[in-house]
Amino acid sequence: MREWLTSLPSFIWLTILFVIPTVLVFAVALKPADPFGGVGAGWTLDTFRDLGDPNYPAIVWRTLWMSVVATAVCLAAALPFAYYIARSDERLRPVLLMAVVIPFWTNFLIRIFAWKVLLHPEGLVKRLLVSFHLVSPDVSLMYNEGAVLMVLIYTYLPFAVLPIYAASEKFDFRLIEAARDLGCRKWRAFYSVFLPGISRGLWTAALVVFVPALGSYVIPDIMGGPASEMIGNKIAQRVFVDRNLPHASALSALLTIVVVLPMIVYLLRRGTGESGKHPVVEAGP
Amino acid sequence: MEEFLVFDKVSKSFGDVQALKNVSLSVKKGEIFSLLGPSGCGKTTLLRVAAGFERPDSGRVYLDGEDITDIPPNRRKVNTIFQNYALFPHMSVWENIAFGLKVAGMPGARITEEVNRMLALVHMEDQARKKPDQISGGQKQRVAIARALINKPRVLLLDEPLAALDLKLRQRMIIELDSIHDEVGITFLFVTHDQGEAMSLSDQIAVMNEGNVEQVGTPVQIYEAPVSSFSAAFIGDANFFEGMVSRVEGADYSRLSIEGFPEVLCFNDQPRSQGDLVYLSVRPEKVRISRDRPRDDERVNMVEGAVEDVIYLGSHTRYWVRVDQYRLAVTRQHQRFQLDEKPVTWGDSVWLSWHADDGFMLQRYEEKDEDLLAFLPEGEE
Repeated sequence: MREWLTSLPSFIWLTILFVIPTVLVFAVALKPADPFGGVGAGWTLDTFRDLGDPNYPAIVWRTLWMSVVATAVCLAAALPFAYYIARSDERLRPVLLMAVVIPFWTNFLIRIFAWKVLLHPEGLVKRLLVSFHLVSPDVSLMYNEGAVLMVLIYTYLPFAVLPIYAASEKFDFRLIEAARDLGCRKWRAFYSVFLPGISRGLWTAALVVFVPALGSYVIPDIMGGPASEMIGNKIAQRVFVDRNLPHASALSALLTIVVVLPMIVYLLRRGTGESGKHPVVEAGP
Repeated sequence: MEEFLVFDKVSKSFGDVQALKNVSLSVKKGEIFSLLGPSGCGKTTLLRVAAGFERPDSGRVYLDGEDITDIPPNRRKVNTIFQNYALFPHMSVWENIAFGLKVAGMPGARITEEVNRMLALVHMEDQARKKPDQISGGQKQRVAIARALINKPRVLLLDEPLAALDLKLRQRMIIELDSIHDEVGITFLFVTHDQGEAMSLSDQIAVMNEGNVEQVGTPVQIYEAPVSSFSAAFIGDANFFEGMVSRVEGADYSRLSIEGFPEVLCFNDQPRSQGDLVYLSVRPEKVRISRDRPRDDERVNMVEGAVEDVIYLGSHTRYWVRVDQYRLAVTRQHQRFQLDEKPVTWGDSVWLSWHADDGFMLQRYEEKDEDLLAFLPEGEE
């Protein structure tokens, strides 16, 4: 009973700020558009039919693969760093963690504009690369998928480091010794004992990178060009330019389904049977 | 049987702390060898050197004649049972035990066969599917044993394996470990701070203190003939008296002068000469306590004292008896408790006696002992 009471505030919070808006988004998607930018009366499936727009598959596909790549790179980069922090001297750890968090002291937009300055045709990075003949002067470092991807990774890397660090810090490193003792080379001990041991942190890190990357809008808007648009940009365009809320809602709903469906499938599979070798989330410390 | 696992002048420091100081030890094949000492004595470090987790700063380690000092832990034919077992939490009992063979690339059918054999050895057949957090401490212990033994190590290293278990379980596991040892015949190197464990399991014990080996011997040797005051005090209880050899009587006995005592006769376990500074050490259970003066015997030392404390401990009673500046511990086993005579109690004046062969002398030559000269009986050096 008391447990139920203590979870009540977060339950209300999530209901008001998360569940209701999501339901609203799905509801609006089923409404006709109103020429003045509002929502018309009645119900219709027109907006979902409009999702058949031949431009969309390419954009959805790009959004997915860029998010997957950003997630993979963030995990791969965060893992050794988080491992290093967890194994470093206890007095050094707060300093290293601080170094991860420091970028947040600067406004997100300013940091992205800083990248724009760096990658600008007259910018420092471009000129350095050209002077080393690594890049020809007429190649653009901006307004393409590469630039968007890089800034996505730059932005979300700290979010990946923190949960992986939290899991590594709780990891019992004697297990690695035990694995070594039982015949594992260093690398094998790492992936057969350490990775499963921090799997919860890895899954959290993957989610906190993948989900916001899927919905990212500012980064492709500033760093990208027309050929590197993501779903977020389209949704923004439908809201602010076309003033077609139902269409924007339908796109959002599509995005939500794309994110939630694999998670539901994963959870169902876990629930029904032993999923075998899959690194399953553990029961906790 | 010859030397099997050999530590040759092994030293290891962590920062300013010297964990091992030139330690040399040799363990024979098939025996249970215990490293016994208080925490921080270097016993665990020595075990970790044997496992390959620590590289000695100097000195070598040999296993069956082969220098293994530079061989990484995964290629050493030794396996460890860790203090908290270090079972892999994401694997079942079965997978934990199979781990070593899987890593070694053994075919699946043989792994199954071996794991089932190990499960039977440690009586865990019906728990194979459980995860480590679903089984009890004693069961985890058994899984850890099986996981190590399945690799057929040449030496099994046990790092305080019983420390996390409660008393009854610990006593049962000691018996189980002993029977497993009899069954598999592997050399055990056993680290413990518990003298009871060491005494009941070991063929040989090395008593360690501050990175040094104080004494190596069988449990009987360690208990009955400790060579240092540390061994004597750490293993079992002992009363210590500062004394000096006042007269050597033939080859076998010396007379000691100890403040507050009549001259004390003590067996020489090594040649002594007049004027030697020694500690006389007598175990509490070797001292007899009685209200009446015991019959005179030239080999029996007697002294009168006053009972300060009586502690009833079930199977025996511990008395604390004041004799001059010393407080002696005396234990008496109960046979027909309180039936034969009026029991000794607080404030009683009693006679303490012990046979000359039951005391032992320990050399006293540390610097701090020099200061003690001031307290020695007058006229002596």
